Amino acid sequence: MAYSAEEILETKRMIEEQGLDVRTITLGINLLDCADSALEKMQEKIETKIYSFAQNLSQVASSIQEDYGIPIINRRITITPISLLLGVLQPIQELPLKDIQAFNDPLFHKNKIASPQISDEVINSCVAIASTLDKVAKKVNVDFLGGFSALVHKGFTRADLCVIQSLPEALSQTERVCASVSVASTKAGMNMNAVKMMGDVIHKIAMNTRDNNSIGCAKLVVFSNAVDDNPFMAGGFHGVGEPECCVNVGVSGPGVIRNVVRHLRTADFETLAETIKKAAFKITRVGQLVAQQAAKRLGVPFGIVDISLAPTPRPYDSVAGIIEEMGLESTGGPGTTAALALLTDAVKKGGLMASSYVGGLSGAFIPVSEDFGMTEAVRRGSLTIEKLEAMTSVCSVGIDMVCVPGSTAPTTISGIIADEASIGVINNKTTGVRIIPVIGKEVGELVEFGGLLGSSVVMPVNRSSCEMFINRQGRIPAPGHSQRN
Amino acid sequence: MKAIITVVGMDRPGIVAGVSTVLAENSINITDISQNYVREFFTMILIVDFEKSKATLKEVDEKLKVVGKKLGVQISTQHEDVFKAMHRI
Repeated sequence: MAYSAEEILETKRMIEEQGLDVRTITLGINLLDCADSALEKMQEKIETKIYSFAQNLSQVASSIQEDYGIPIINRRITITPISLLLGVLQPIQELPLKDIQAFNDPLFHKNKIASPQISDEVINSCVAIASTLDKVAKKVNVDFLGGFSALVHKGFTRADLCVIQSLPEALSQTERVCASVSVASTKAGMNMNAVKMMGDVIHKIAMNTRDNNSIGCAKLVVFSNAVDDNPFMAGGFHGVGEPECCVNVGVSGPGVIRNVVRHLRTADFETLAETIKKAAFKITRVGQLVAQQAAKRLGVPFGIVDISLAPTPRPYDSVAGIIEEMGLESTGGPGTTAALALLTDAVKKGGLMASSYVGGLSGAFIPVSEDFGMTEAVRRGSLTIEKLEAMTSVCSVGIDMVCVPGSTAPTTISGIIADEASIGVINNKTTGVRIIPVIGKEVGELVEFGGLLGSSVVMPVNRSSCEMFINRQGRIPAPGHSQRN
Repeated sequence: MKAIITVVGMDRPGIVAGVSTVLAENSINITDISQNYVREFFTMILIVDFEKSKATLKEVDEKLKVVGKKLGVQISTQHEDVFKAMHRI
């Protein structure tokens, strides 16, 4: 027989019992050519272009799922960071350039400017674009569309500022649109004007969606070292340098990895790492197969496979579960960071061998509300924000889907963003913050988002103030080791 | 295209007949067949060829699941490419 019984049964178990699936097929679409000074024209161009590429996405994903028997959980779209299109929009062109210049550089003008005033007309224009994105996302039946974004790691353009200021309205008035803001990079340093602003913006989004557990905040990621080809949400966008259209795939498989680790109770570290690596190889090969088929059937180039371990609220599909099977009594206790480092590295090594193009975030995700084990660890009191921050230095994402008290000061949120950003900047990796100050809830209270967003418990935040630090203006310079030439 | 069918359950008469009837009805050729006892379960693995068949993998999978239910065994069908991708460098 071409395959052994063990191999065949292993595959069968992985798919049927351990949750092996393809987490997402994401179509990345360039929208730069949709820019137009007239709002309605831009909306029309955006809708037409997205629809023309993505109209078959859902059906192709279903056909691949049927043909191969591999569940494909989500279909998504990423677009060019929207602020790159909006600069030509008429009302945004009318904003005085000198105001934004002064905002970017306090030394440019004698009088410090808090932030240029954005008119309602501009906000409404941005929201209208977001609504168009939402509308077409529903039309082509994708569950999220990411890229309502601004890249401000070095400084703001007028359009960047407008998009960011429109987020509280845009994210409360749309369902499927996801946003991201890049506030820092190893090369650029940290834009602390942006970090400060994002604390305020996140608070406003929380207020605007307070009737729904401040869920608007779950659709926004603040990044350092953002990547151009991330297929996951909420931080995915189709970066500059990417082609007109490509298909990226995100695999999953915490359940599969957890199962292999469960059978290695007495194994030494070498065996543990090797076994995880081999399992990651197999998982990623499934993603590669699906990606190549998707590219073929959609008639677009294959972009990358993101080999991240992406948990879901299903109890066996937990990254925290893997860590605990490795020998930790509870995620968040001593040994957690080391275990996560081993896991992430082993997954990467196996995944890299399995795919011709690996990209996106490619690490282990630790989203608290989306990972059943993480939520339980928070409930038990063993996982804190401080430990999560440490964990982000060795795995891929950041302070993700973390619920904090609604009373948390915006500058404190900025402080958390600044800390995460500095981990990314200094260690030359991507870090992100997707934090939800749940208005009206305090430490220990339960928060139910539902679906893939899961549920969580409000976590305590150190209440000492960083207001004076955050209120300083300007940029933190790039670290010395970013100069690699 | 080739597929791999696995049958897992407690051994009883009629399993091979039940599975091969569905395959024959759909012009699917069996190219390899093997039976094992893995722990206390009976496992049968068939490698089949859809070349002459007009049925889709999903249709055949559904028909086999109906048969499996009647016989008290679990039958699943996988595209061969999945195995090739996962288990061969």
